[in-house]
Amino acid sequence: MFGSNLIPNMGEVVAMILFGIGFANLLLQKNLIKKIIGLNIMDTAVYLFLAIKGYIEGRAAPIVADGVQEVEAYINPIPSGLVLTGIVVSVSVTALMLSLTVRLYKRYHTLDLDEISSRLKKEGI
Amino acid sequence: MSRKISEEEYKRQRIVRMKHWLSGEKDLYLDNMEVIPYGEYKPDKKQMELYEHDRDEVMTRTYDTEHNRVYRFFQRFYKMAAVLCCVALILILAVEVSYLPPVGSASNPASNEVAAKYIEDGLQDTGAVNIVTGMILDYRAFDTFGESNVLFIATCTVLILMRNDKKKGKGSAEDEERRDSFYEPKKDAILQMGARILVPIIMLFGIYIILNGHLSPGGGFSGGAVIGAGLILYLNAFGFEKTERFFTEKTYKTVSFGALLFYCLAKSYSFYTGAHHLESGISLGTPGAVISSGLILPLNICVGLVVACTMYAFFALFRKGGF
Amino acid sequence: MAFVQNVPFFSIMLSMFSGIVSSVLPGKAAKRLNTAVIMLIGAASAWLLVWLMDTGGSYTFMMGHFPAPWGNEIRAGALEACMALFFCVIMLLSMMGGRKKLFDEVEVTKHNIYYILTDLLLSSLLALVYTNDLFTAYVFVEINTIAACGLIMIRQNGRTIEAAVRYMIMSLLGSGLLLMGICMLYDLTGHLLMSNIKESVVAIMAAGTYQIPLTITIGLVTVGLAIKSALFPFHSWLPDAYGYSTVSSAAMLSSLVSKGYIFLLIKIFYRVVGFEIICESKIPNVLFLFGLCGMIFGSISAIWEKDIRRMIAFSSVAQIGYIYMGFGLGTTEGMVASIFHILAHAATKSLLFISAIGLTDVSGGSRNFFDLTGSAYRNKVAGVGFSVGAMSMVGIPLFSGFVSKLLFAEAAVMHPTHKMMPTLIVLAVSTILNAIYFLKTVVRIYVPEKRELEAEKGYFKMTVGQQKQYTVTMILFIVMNLVLGMMSEPILDIIETGLTHFV
Repeated sequence: MFGSNLIPNMGEVVAMILFGIGFANLLLQKNLIKKIIGLNIMDTAVYLFLAIKGYIEGRAAPIVADGVQEVEAYINPIPSGLVLTGIVVSVSVTALMLSLTVRLYKRYHTLDLDEISSRLKKEGI
Repeated sequence: MSRKISEEEYKRQRIVRMKHWLSGEKDLYLDNMEVIPYGEYKPDKKQMELYEHDRDEVMTRTYDTEHNRVYRFFQRFYKMAAVLCCVALILILAVEVSYLPPVGSASNPASNEVAAKYIEDGLQDTGAVNIVTGMILDYRAFDTFGESNVLFIATCTVLILMRNDKKKGKGSAEDEERRDSFYEPKKDAILQMGARILVPIIMLFGIYIILNGHLSPGGGFSGGAVIGAGLILYLNAFGFEKTERFFTEKTYKTVSFGALLFYCLAKSYSFYTGAHHLESGISLGTPGAVISSGLILPLNICVGLVVACTMYAFFALFRKGGF
Repeated sequence: MAFVQNVPFFSIMLSMFSGIVSSVLPGKAAKRLNTAVIMLIGAASAWLLVWLMDTGGSYTFMMGHFPAPWGNEIRAGALEACMALFFCVIMLLSMMGGRKKLFDEVEVTKHNIYYILTDLLLSSLLALVYTNDLFTAYVFVEINTIAACGLIMIRQNGRTIEAAVRYMIMSLLGSGLLLMGICMLYDLTGHLLMSNIKESVVAIMAAGTYQIPLTITIGLVTVGLAIKSALFPFHSWLPDAYGYSTVSSAAMLSSLVSKGYIFLLIKIFYRVVGFEIICESKIPNVLFLFGLCGMIFGSISAIWEKDIRRMIAFSSVAQIGYIYMGFGLGTTEGMVASIFHILAHAATKSLLFISAIGLTDVSGGSRNFFDLTGSAYRNKVAGVGFSVGAMSMVGIPLFSGFVSKLLFAEAAVMHPTHKMMPTLIVLAVSTILNAIYFLKTVVRIYVPEKRELEAEKGYFKMTVGQQKQYTVTMILFIVMNLVLGMMSEPILDIIETGLTHFV
């Protein structure tokens, strides 16, 4: 079932397991804050994956040093850029989710989404 | 008495106070620190009862697994399905990963002519020593522009949720004061002293990261985050009263508006000239100098300003619902 | 390069620019700017569409000084221009129709933020339509998600905030899968631009080296976008989000936001992976199955619903099921039918939302089905609008829904394999279910209520003179529906040319 590169790609497998853990947290946790933590774990797993992908053995970070501009000297710069973008997006989304949580907590004094739903039904807006 | 100073003055000396404090006679900061004790918590009985009643009822209705069969079934089904789903996802992804090209090998599909061009010609094309900066702010600048807009729109949504639009002066003066002292940090001497030493260093470091974004690791996003952290530390130490002197909602609006507008216009110009194969007329300077690499430095500064303002705005909005 | 070719670039940048400028403008000025920008972009897109139909073909536009595999790119063809034009028209009409409600439901200090969100939503939709780069698509998907969340919760009661949380959780699951898929696609091909990825994908498929991971990756991207566009089992956030947000938001969310994701999926199918490779994999079968389930279950939920706005929202679930069912057929005819249904559903669903608000307003603000008795007499314009929308959704000739159902049926009949019978049966059943809940509502709003009861409950009448803007919006919506229903040939022509140029 598994391909031939399972052992060299062990780091990526770890990233995938982290991704799955984050996914499970997002689905299973009742507490909203824990859901947000799950979401962050998921994002981090993607960054880990990208960071591993960019790495090439024996090469340096992509900052031109001593005028050396050979391809053989540096790792792949693209995944680093993608990670940067991903981090910014994740920060924004986390802030938005946290503020939504704060509002819900101020109003219903609970972090449990199911409980909030039942309260809403009781209010019957 | 052979001392040159009077008894009073002697007692006020720092070293003497220190001695007293060491021997446990006197609190060094007793008169210097304002500690407002929390008032006694007096819950409104009726309100509490109502709340408890509501809570019980809601809890029994939400989690009534004994009587509500459908609910119990659904709950179990959902949990099983979710766990299965996640395990399946992990398995599928692990299988996929095991077929992906091996890590660290130089012959992967990802190290192709695109990465090669970025590395080989990056310095000549963009003028940036840091290849990643050159890539995100010049080769793939459209993505990065979208990214700063993500930050901008996130602040807008947080503004919707957290901004306190109710008119001030609604409650009595006492209420007002209590609320203010709730939002204002207590005067904490350790924190203040720490902030006095640290904030300038943090700010300088942030500015350094932004200005050297095209020369060394860093850039607008990381430098902006550092400056934002410095602002937040300052706010925590000295309170809104002091920060409001230089940072209000108006400042936030002007700075982020100006930075984003410049970003938008600069990039529009560069996209337009690029697509029409016109010369942009912006010199790239000598590689390695601080003022070099064309538009990248101003764009880094813009991004840094936007990020710093956004970080501070998030904190202020969460803390108080305003600036 | 002709000047008209700048239109895609200008429309994306202009809408972003207006969003940024709106942040320092007061509400009214932001409103004017928003309207002007949407009109301008709509007109420019129409110009581009005409030019593209004249010259034929498509072109790419460099975003920056560096050509294809190194820099960003956008691409425009007939289909993209048509979509951009259509999105602008729907957005303009939705904003016009819901403007009065916006003043009642949103705090005055937050009006300019509403327009910022709308501007940025427009820019992200345009970018999703025009982009030729997968990572740009991801960034703009996120802008789209956050803007949509803002539009849901800008009317602040508990329901909308809860709906926004549910919406965010679901969409973030989708985004995570999408981002993972894009990263893996990058790893396999070494490119982020759609056309270059496609070349590599063809090479991979020919060489047979990375077939398994490629299939899984396509699956990840598809599932991610399907979750984001509320395909059947992932629709739990949808009724609350559409049912309780302010009406312009509901109309835009149902007709634009989810459609943007679906259009991106179409682009990925055609321009990243290649339609033949997609059809060979098992992915269309899965989409087909979920689409069919959505068509049935969405309609059944709508029948049980007593709240008119939630009923319309559940009908959206069914209609998105139709679109995915068309994808699932795995033929060009099915794809054309789906794209036409995107247009038809967008035009109809926003009409329904906006007319429903007119009906509930004259019924004391109650959204309960039974309180709406006779409301079509109290607000005649809204009554007519709702009836047109309902007939279009059911699929009565002359209206847009009929054409799309006809196209779906044709595509099913022409389908070579076993998918014909289930499609036709489910199409028929779903049409009947649609008819049950929509026609029952139409009958209910045209049953006269007793005069005394109306006076007792304090209902009032809305004449045309009291709601001029609303009436104009309604007429434009109805005209659009009739145009889509009676003059579908040129539009189908555009869709077909656009799809051939997609390859």
